[in-house]
Amino acid sequence: MHFSVLQFPGSNCDQDCVHVLSGVLGQQADYLWHKEESLGNTDAVVVPGGFSYGDYLRTGSIAQFSPVMKEVKKFADAGGLVIGICNGFQILCETGLLPGALVRNRSLQFRCEHVYLKVPSQNSPFTREIGMEKVMRVPIAHGEGCYFADDDTLSKLKTNDQILFQYSSPDGEITDLSNPNGSLLNIAGICNESRNVCGMMPHPERASESVLGEEDGVKIFEGMTLHFQGAPRRIEQDSAA
Amino acid sequence: MKAKIVITPKKAVLDPQGKTVQAALEQMGYEGVSDVHVGKYLEVDLEGDDAEAWKPKIEEACHKLFSNPVIEDYNFTIE
Repeated sequence: MHFSVLQFPGSNCDQDCVHVLSGVLGQQADYLWHKEESLGNTDAVVVPGGFSYGDYLRTGSIAQFSPVMKEVKKFADAGGLVIGICNGFQILCETGLLPGALVRNRSLQFRCEHVYLKVPSQNSPFTREIGMEKVMRVPIAHGEGCYFADDDTLSKLKTNDQILFQYSSPDGEITDLSNPNGSLLNIAGICNESRNVCGMMPHPERASESVLGEEDGVKIFEGMTLHFQGAPRRIEQDSAA
Repeated sequence: MKAKIVITPKKAVLDPQGKTVQAALEQMGYEGVSDVHVGKYLEVDLEGDDAEAWKPKIEEACHKLFSNPVIEDYNFTIE
């Protein structure tokens, strides 16, 4: 499977993503400069974290007009897999590929720490390999990660099962104390209605190897790969065994 | 000619900056401040003198770039 990891001026998690996708997962992963006007033979797009365009004006606001994003929109509309991580999530919201927006953390602090994530829906290429009862431990690093959407959008997200990750306590309770940024409904990640575009503030690429202390993150990329290959869920096989 | 654009967070959006500034005002002894919202101000220099012709273009730029309508309101003048 061929992943393209976008690079904007100010992206800084692009190398981590390529490392995990190729070094850990064994897939083909290439950088794609934001001025490119074609995605080539890409099977999935990763919009990595960082501070594209220095976060000028609003996080992700300038990056949405980079030439490559036109192609990403077309690719996503045609059903292609797209994941946006941290600044990538902000860019996908600004682009309109995902509903809502990310605003300044409730504490006004840049939060850089490990958080626990509950995964309320396994019904997506991104969460299909994560167990129902699993609580993931993944780092965050952001100043503008407070998810906001109007009431109608929030109720649609709930009805359509589009909330993929929620900040939780270590035992999976959704509490205000475990919410690091003030996100509505403790939302840490969502997908679009068609379930092929995902955005999340936590960094799974920084939690994909045992040497880093956490490996849960790799399951997200693994899920994308298995979905693309049309492979059955491994998690079901595991629980049956 | 200049477009002067003011962008403010929507009322429903959590505005921790506004709350912090409000708390500072109270600490300074200013009474009667009921709310503070921190936004952005942009000045855009425009060529020519046809404000009416610029108006729809600035409106579009406000909607697409200067603000995010999900979280922000805007208004502008051209003078």
